[in-house]
Amino acid sequence: MKEPGIHGQRLIAVFLLGCLLLNYPLFSLFNLDYRVFGIPLLYVYTFFAWGLLIALTAAIVERDPD
Amino acid sequence: MLTGSVIVLASFVYVGLLFAIAYYGDKRADAGRSIIANPYIYALSLAVYCTSWTFYGSVGRAATSGIGFLPIFLGPTLMAMLWWYVMLKMIRISKANRITSIADFIASRYGKSQLLGGLVTVIAVIGIVPYISLQLKAVSNSFSLILKYPVLAPDSQAAIPLLADNTFYIALLLALFTILFGTRHLDASERHEGLVAAIAFESVVKLLAFLAVGVYVTYVMYNGFADIFSSAVEYPQLRKLLDFGGTSVDYASWASLTFLSMLAIMFLPRQFQIAVVENVDERHLKKAVWLFPLYLFAINIFVLPIAFAGLMHFPAGNMDADTFVLNLPIAQRQSLLTLTVFIGGLSAATGMVIVETIALSTMVCNNLAMPLLLRLTVLHLQERADLSTLIVGIRRGAIVGVLMLGYAYFRLAGEAYALVSIGLISFAAVAQFAPAILGGMFWKGATRRGAICGLSAGFAVWVYTLLLPSFAKSGWLPISFVEQGMFGMHMLKPLELFGLTGLDDITHCLFWSLSCNIGAYLFVSLLTTQSFAEQVQAALFVDAHIGARRPRAESLRGDASVNELIALLGRFLGQRRAHEAFAAHALKGGARSAKELKPDAELIHFAETLLAGAIGAGSAHVVVASVVQEEPLGIDKVMNILDETSQALAYSRQLEQKSRELEVATAELRSANQRLQELDRLKDDFVSTVTHELRTPLTSIRAFSEILHDNPALEPAQREKFLSIITRESERLTRLINQVLDLAKIESGNAEWHTEQFSLRELIEDAMSSTSQLFSDKAIALDLRLPENLPPVVADRDRLLQVMLNLLSNAAKFCRDESGRVTVSGALAADGLRVDVADNGIGISPDDQRVIFEKFRQVGDTLTQKPQGTGLGLPICRQIIHHFGGRLWVRSTPGDGATFSFLLPQSCILAGHAAAPFRKFGT
Repeated sequence: MKEPGIHGQRLIAVFLLGCLLLNYPLFSLFNLDYRVFGIPLLYVYTFFAWGLLIALTAAIVERDPD
Repeated sequence: MLTGSVIVLASFVYVGLLFAIAYYGDKRADAGRSIIANPYIYALSLAVYCTSWTFYGSVGRAATSGIGFLPIFLGPTLMAMLWWYVMLKMIRISKANRITSIADFIASRYGKSQLLGGLVTVIAVIGIVPYISLQLKAVSNSFSLILKYPVLAPDSQAAIPLLADNTFYIALLLALFTILFGTRHLDASERHEGLVAAIAFESVVKLLAFLAVGVYVTYVMYNGFADIFSSAVEYPQLRKLLDFGGTSVDYASWASLTFLSMLAIMFLPRQFQIAVVENVDERHLKKAVWLFPLYLFAINIFVLPIAFAGLMHFPAGNMDADTFVLNLPIAQRQSLLTLTVFIGGLSAATGMVIVETIALSTMVCNNLAMPLLLRLTVLHLQERADLSTLIVGIRRGAIVGVLMLGYAYFRLAGEAYALVSIGLISFAAVAQFAPAILGGMFWKGATRRGAICGLSAGFAVWVYTLLLPSFAKSGWLPISFVEQGMFGMHMLKPLELFGLTGLDDITHCLFWSLSCNIGAYLFVSLLTTQSFAEQVQAALFVDAHIGARRPRAESLRGDASVNELIALLGRFLGQRRAHEAFAAHALKGGARSAKELKPDAELIHFAETLLAGAIGAGSAHVVVASVVQEEPLGIDKVMNILDETSQALAYSRQLEQKSRELEVATAELRSANQRLQELDRLKDDFVSTVTHELRTPLTSIRAFSEILHDNPALEPAQREKFLSIITRESERLTRLINQVLDLAKIESGNAEWHTEQFSLRELIEDAMSSTSQLFSDKAIALDLRLPENLPPVVADRDRLLQVMLNLLSNAAKFCRDESGRVTVSGALAADGLRVDVADNGIGISPDDQRVIFEKFRQVGDTLTQKPQGTGLGLPICRQIIHHFGGRLWVRSTPGDGATFSFLLPQSCILAGHAAAPFRKFGT
């Protein structure tokens, strides 16, 4: 594996995005008594953000031909 | 039906399966066809992070705090994105230095400090052993629950005698497994392939088991997620779990738990073991950074549904929420699912216990036992020919010891609070390693004392703010310790240290311990200096990514004989293995056998690294140092170092010199270029002026020729006058061209000079007679005042005559008619022979005096007056006089005539004649 390079930097960007998405204050915006298809909004948001982060990570590292 | 024997049988079959997989994995590894050499197995084995605490405890946590259980899994997800930087570097460092454990890593970074390695080991053992007990308790609990199937048992803490306790046998079985597959190689830095394969298998089992119960609860007991949450809304006591608390305390603990688990995924000994020591290929990390979070995501999807289903199903509140995962299938009488869940929980617990035990036993052996043995019984060890069996024995003993310690703690603590909350307490303990490791990897200045102080401070605060309160809550310490603080001092309340309130226990501890830890680490590091060994290690660790090599200064170390080294290593590794390793090293270096190896610093380093894999870096350093005599720095070696330094300095000084010279040359070139540009401009000016001057006579010649041509009947007198003008202008044109050529020749240095000896008086008289017509035409009086015996002059006579003629004709031109008078005088001066030509004409203004020696500059308004000359005479004269080495200048007062003078230098006066007339003059 070569040096971290551009992919490492992208991963750091996703890391920062994750810190933002999964923390106060953004987190509190979804802390409402509201349900999406019967599931509390906060649960949907948290798992959606989590899945999004994993997908982004996968997309970044799998694009690396190495 | 699930009877006790079936369950026990199933458990043993499962553990037997693990043995089989591990055995197969090792066989394949020995055959060189590894089954774990792919990123998927690596990612799965990383999931050893998910213990029974995840398997049973997540639901328990979710049942009390809703989504609050998630930070433990979000932290690792975030951290995985930084692995590309942090973990990759850890792997590279560890492979290069044969690091065997996290204690070894820290000890090695700070100059192979045995003290530091021991400290880390103590912290790890105290922090982790209760965590192992927690796993044993989970196994034990699930056993007692499932044994009563299909009766629901709220709790089961009837004291079981030791020999009837299944947990005890499970612990023994795990010890056996760990010994068999964890100590196959003496070299702890070598991978345990079979073991990793078994761990990856366990990860699959626990995931499938949890998904099975999740799907069953969500889609069989209820109609999907929406159904469960909609039903939960009906229960008022569950409504509060559906959203987040929303207070600042909740958000603070959310953030701090995320942060804590980010550190835990890096620094838990079992994670270090799997991610770093057992890593086959660093490229596997690439897939793991998203596969591992994906695993965490999958295993958590059904946590909330199960928690809510459990809360709705057992509303009485007498059922421990930690048991929901197992009790829901039991209550539904799903015997197969119950067994699956039980096996899944078993796999989660055993996976953690096995890897953690290996990691801890390696630390205990290498960083506690070996240093103590080496120190206490050095003489005894020296006598023993083969220490390898002793080392393996110590490691096996440590495995059994750690497991039995865990089991003893479990028996002792039982249901106590100390055990229930130990997961996060352990996380907080290993978080103390973060400053020393991360700082050590990225900051060269960190010192050994800084690391020791930071770790000690952080650990002490952790003990005081988290461990002791948990003991107090378990009743092992007076509860007044928590409520009133130590010695009754409120400022020292362990959960509200110095009056800090508004944080939960973990966040509170994390804040104080990490503050003290980082503070002491930085402060002491900045105040202390590194030893040489520390500097070397610091450079190796921090510059690992650029392939840092040991510095050459290492060659200062003394020599040992090759045989001594082989014999030494043979005692620890076994003779055969030591010989093989040295032979292989010799082949790599191009030698034919170990006998040809040179016992230099490089070989000593090789031996030390080899030994480090078996007994840890700190001990290896001490052991190798016992046979390698550290030579004192000889004067010649010091001189060598100084010599290299001074060479480097001299070279840099040369460079500076060169660059200064270059600057000077550049400046010269720049000014030369400016001069060239100036000359180029002058040349252009000259050409345009010459052309202009040529055009003037040409224009008049042409005009008069045309008149003559067009008017054949012109009067003869008129005709005559015009022809004479044409002739005069032609002459002027010729003269102009001649002078231009002349000037060009003189300026370019191509003119021919015929130096000869002649009398100045004769020359002046010749000139005067040549121009006498001019003077008599205008009735100008011409005087000559020359002293007698002027010395002969050596110069080009024709040129000097040209100068004289020019000056005389100029004087004639500008003299007043009638009353005009021109005086030529000569005199010997101190610096040569001076000739003055003075007239009483109109004179030259000071402004004009400056320009008359420039080309084509004539005095007077050239637009209104007909030019009287070419404007080249004086420039040519000045060039000629300059050529002789003399000067030509003018003095004048407007209206009162002008005096042109030139001075011929001494070099133009014939030697021998110069002084005599001067003396005569003086008398």
